[in-house]
Amino acid sequence: MRPSLILRTSAPMLLWLSLLASLYVLVRGHNEPGGGFLGGLVAASGLLFHAIARGPEGVRTLLVLHPVQLSALGVLLAATSGLPAFLGPDGAYLTHLWWFAELGVTLPLGTALLFDLGVYLAVVGMAVAIFIGLLEWKAARAAATEGGE
Amino acid sequence: MQALLAAPLLVPLATACLAALFWGRAAAQRAIGMAGSLVLLAVAALLLREVAAGGRIVGQMGGWPAPFGITLVVDAFAAIMLLITGVMAVSVSLYAMASGARERDRAGFQPLLHSLLLGVCGAFVTGDLFNLYVWFEVMLIASFGLLVLERTPAQIDGGLRYVMLNLVGTTFFLMAVGLIYGLAGTLNLADLARLAPGIANQGALAAAGMLLLVAFGAKAAVFPLFNWLPAAYHTASVPVAAIFAALLTKVGVYAIIRVWTLLFAHDVAFFGPVLGAVAVATMVVGVLGAAAHHDVMRILSFHIISQIGYMLVGVALMTPLAIAGSVFYILHHIIVKANLFLLAGAIRREGGSFALARLGGLWVGAPLLGLLFLVPALSLAGLPPLSGFWAKLMVIRGSIEAGANLVAAAALLVGLLTLYSMVKIWNEAFWKPAPEGAALPAPAMGERAASYAPIVALAGITLAIGLWTEPFARLSLVVAGGLLDREGYIAAVLAPGATHLAGVVP
Repeated sequence: MRPSLILRTSAPMLLWLSLLASLYVLVRGHNEPGGGFLGGLVAASGLLFHAIARGPEGVRTLLVLHPVQLSALGVLLAATSGLPAFLGPDGAYLTHLWWFAELGVTLPLGTALLFDLGVYLAVVGMAVAIFIGLLEWKAARAAATEGGE
Repeated sequence: MQALLAAPLLVPLATACLAALFWGRAAAQRAIGMAGSLVLLAVAALLLREVAAGGRIVGQMGGWPAPFGITLVVDAFAAIMLLITGVMAVSVSLYAMASGARERDRAGFQPLLHSLLLGVCGAFVTGDLFNLYVWFEVMLIASFGLLVLERTPAQIDGGLRYVMLNLVGTTFFLMAVGLIYGLAGTLNLADLARLAPGIANQGALAAAGMLLLVAFGAKAAVFPLFNWLPAAYHTASVPVAAIFAALLTKVGVYAIIRVWTLLFAHDVAFFGPVLGAVAVATMVVGVLGAAAHHDVMRILSFHIISQIGYMLVGVALMTPLAIAGSVFYILHHIIVKANLFLLAGAIRREGGSFALARLGGLWVGAPLLGLLFLVPALSLAGLPPLSGFWAKLMVIRGSIEAGANLVAAAALLVGLLTLYSMVKIWNEAFWKPAPEGAALPAPAMGERAASYAPIVALAGITLAIGLWTEPFARLSLVVAGGLLDREGYIAAVLAPGATHLAGVVP
């Protein structure tokens, strides 16, 4: 079954919309509902839509990295975000450091944001790996049944 | 010191991630995996050096004070288990470079192996009951991936049984955690140890304890929750079966020992007989199962179950010598059992099968393999002067001194039956004439070296523990002293600026 023209045309726009929304959810998550996990799921839903419209290959080229690599990068980033804590006097792992940037408004930046970003990437990678796997499995099965007829 | 404390978690985590970053490039993954295993071993050795005298390293993650945050504690017991995990990681990484490495690595063996090690190390260092649950889940997910690595129907069947039973087990764990939180208002193990004797409703606490026993018992494969183990292990590939046999069940045993010495040490009158009965039943049923089977992997799987019984004797009797015996037994068992599974792989490569009926004549073709098999096999049966003899001696002497003569008698009888199974493998695979059928082509020299090196090294460790027992026995006694010193554990975790929850508890 071929996706409709409307779906194929609107998929990229919806993708960027959902990616923007996911970034908003990610940043908002520090003090309000949201964060890396939810943001990652929102982004993954956009990518899923893209995969349905343009096929799993479209998402693969879009991500550059293999989804598993993306996840690994995310977990690595999250793990690294706890390391600066060791610089402090008897700092315990994952004690986050903060830097309040004065740019007109006070911008609270910290290593916790890196942690959230890592979770975001890990969730996107895992979700994409799972649904691409399912889509390709479905395509392979459809091809197998057509060949049998 | 804080960096060293977090290192047993960070090293496998980083290794798993880096290996996954090299997705699809088997050689690079293998190099990263090997390097990660070596670093883990080094880190564990450093930690053991710090705490060998009986000290404890404590850290509060994120700087949140206990009992609110997540506490990591490394004492002598945790450090020993970490060290042996490191030894196993290096051995299996080396062995996994031999036959089938390419296919395994393409299926994601290295990231999964190190995720499994992450879960195992996490369970060893955590000082928080809920965190322990999280590490159990990490371990379960990674182990499921490893179990179905080759995606054969038999593996999927074994894997599904494994996952189903473990999911039930972890659900029981979660229920117990909820009950205990309701009773004590905290999940920090040290804080729980402090509050447990004073909890008014001891009956409810004991009920939660029984739920925990089911959860940990399913992991440790004790009687009657052991059915998943032979079903799952004999389908796994050899390196996977070796690391499972070495570590997975032992994490369950570790959790039982840790939680029972902290939370239920005041209730030996109730839990002592329960754990003692479970220990004896596990020993006997496991060894009888092994006697009935004629497949190397199945025999070895049933022997894991039987040996778990010995490790529970210490916590059932709660005396220093009995607990030291359990610790020594775990040490000896992990080395010997992993080695036997690696040897089973080597036997299949030389003889072409795991089934005893189709094996034979290996003594002629591979005499070195025969000698290498004898070391762990006789050690498992408990023949002097190998490590198993001293391990059994400590457990049996601990039982007799505590007046548990029935346990001691069962332990002796099971030792005899273990010898029967090991002699059965020896007779069938090595001694009897080779059956009709084509021999396999000899593996390449490099592959043979990679698969024999860990076998020789682990046999060497078994001999070293056997012939030079003093330091190992002394270390076990230090560990037992540390486990029975609840006040010291509580003080170390809750000491400086600790916030007590006493006011909150009804």
